[in-house]
Amino acid sequence: MSETPGISPLSADHQEPLRVVLAKLGFDGHDRGLKVVARTLRDAGMEVIYLGLRQTTDSIVAACEQEDADVIGLSMHNAGHLTLAPRMVQAVEEAGLGVPVVIGGIVPAEDVTVLIEAGVAVVLGPGASTEEVVAAVRAAVARQSPAR
Amino acid sequence: MNAPSLDELFESARTGNRRALGRLLTMVERQDDNAVLVSERAHRDAGQARVIGVTGAPGSGKSTITGRLAAVSGAARPAILAIDPSSPLTGGAILGDRIRMDNNVSSSTFIRSMATRGHAGGLAVAVPDAVRVLDAAGCNPIIVETVGVGQVEVTVAAAADTTVVVVTPGWGDAVQANKAGLLEVADVFVVNKADRPDAHGARRDLELMLDLGHRGDWRAPIVLTTATEGEGIDDLWSEIERHTSYLHHSGELIRRRCRRRRSEVTDRIELGLRDRALHIIDDQSGESTMVRVERHELSPAAAAEQLLATLIPDKPPEE
Repeated sequence: MSETPGISPLSADHQEPLRVVLAKLGFDGHDRGLKVVARTLRDAGMEVIYLGLRQTTDSIVAACEQEDADVIGLSMHNAGHLTLAPRMVQAVEEAGLGVPVVIGGIVPAEDVTVLIEAGVAVVLGPGASTEEVVAAVRAAVARQSPAR
Repeated sequence: MNAPSLDELFESARTGNRRALGRLLTMVERQDDNAVLVSERAHRDAGQARVIGVTGAPGSGKSTITGRLAAVSGAARPAILAIDPSSPLTGGAILGDRIRMDNNVSSSTFIRSMATRGHAGGLAVAVPDAVRVLDAAGCNPIIVETVGVGQVEVTVAAAADTTVVVVTPGWGDAVQANKAGLLEVADVFVVNKADRPDAHGARRDLELMLDLGHRGDWRAPIVLTTATEGEGIDDLWSEIERHTSYLHHSGELIRRRCRRRRSEVTDRIELGLRDRALHIIDDQSGESTMVRVERHELSPAAAAEQLLATLIPDKPPEE
């Protein structure tokens, strides 16, 4: 493909403000944590596109495309992470989005490695401080950048 | 892989590629050097879409109504531009309009959330550009939703072919109705949450205000809706359709669009001057002038005059 002179590689630079899509995937009503994270990321200067409860991989991919998001944040409290998180990663790959998937919520320690191997960028547990959350999101985007 | 060219992006966006359209919108949203190229490229194909503005107080139900309108429009590719404020302190934003829309709209509806990003003057340029890009991509109608607080937000929503103003029962009496500038821009009024007490009182207050006079020969109709249930949305859409046909046969559509185009030029000049003004404050002589103001050696008025003089010559340059 040819490149028009003067057009920089689009969005590959991840300029601030970062745009973050936050959602709960599947049947899971515990959204307080997600709301706290939304506020945290906003206070760190990010633009949070808040999708809230009962999203599907399709609806999240559509939102990412339309919003030109830099990263997806999923909150999981229904013990479905081993099924749902890899599906999200797969949907992102199939759509060719090249955005990292960050997971927060209740994930047992032994499952974290499984999720990372499945392509999840980072898993944040209940003990993560707000600073850690912000740093993890930024780092996930920075790591992904060259691939985009 | 090389980045796609601008023409390729527009071509993909036109065929319904959400990602290409998303990228183009990011470029105009940033208002960087690329934005002008995108804006000019979009200008070639734009001018077809109907633009509907929806504004009103926070929590009045604008997003729910907007989502429902996109659904009842029956259009093949409607688009929604939902604008929310950025935090003036951190620059961050929570863009939460989609959660009120997703359940109602079809997958062919393109929804984009936009933050106001710092000074509101930028919005006056970024929004028309975003509308232009959506238009060039073949989206129609384009519904622009803004919070009805602040002059610029109201102006942005009012820069539409048809502007819908949403109020709720208990929002204020006829005096409030008259003093709020929000109401002067309405082509169609909605009293949403009409299942609440005194919805008819809210309608009566609006009628009283309209009885006192309205601009031109179009009197804004008032529609009662309960948007969460979808009630009244069909009526609202037919009033919007009626206004559209009024715009066409009265010649008002052309007048409005001419006005809109002119004011966008003014807004762009203001924004450009503002950027240049910030540059002269930031440079060395600007900084030393500012220091003298801080020390009370120079009045703010004199300082501003001095700095402005470096920006705009008193006499226009001779040809």
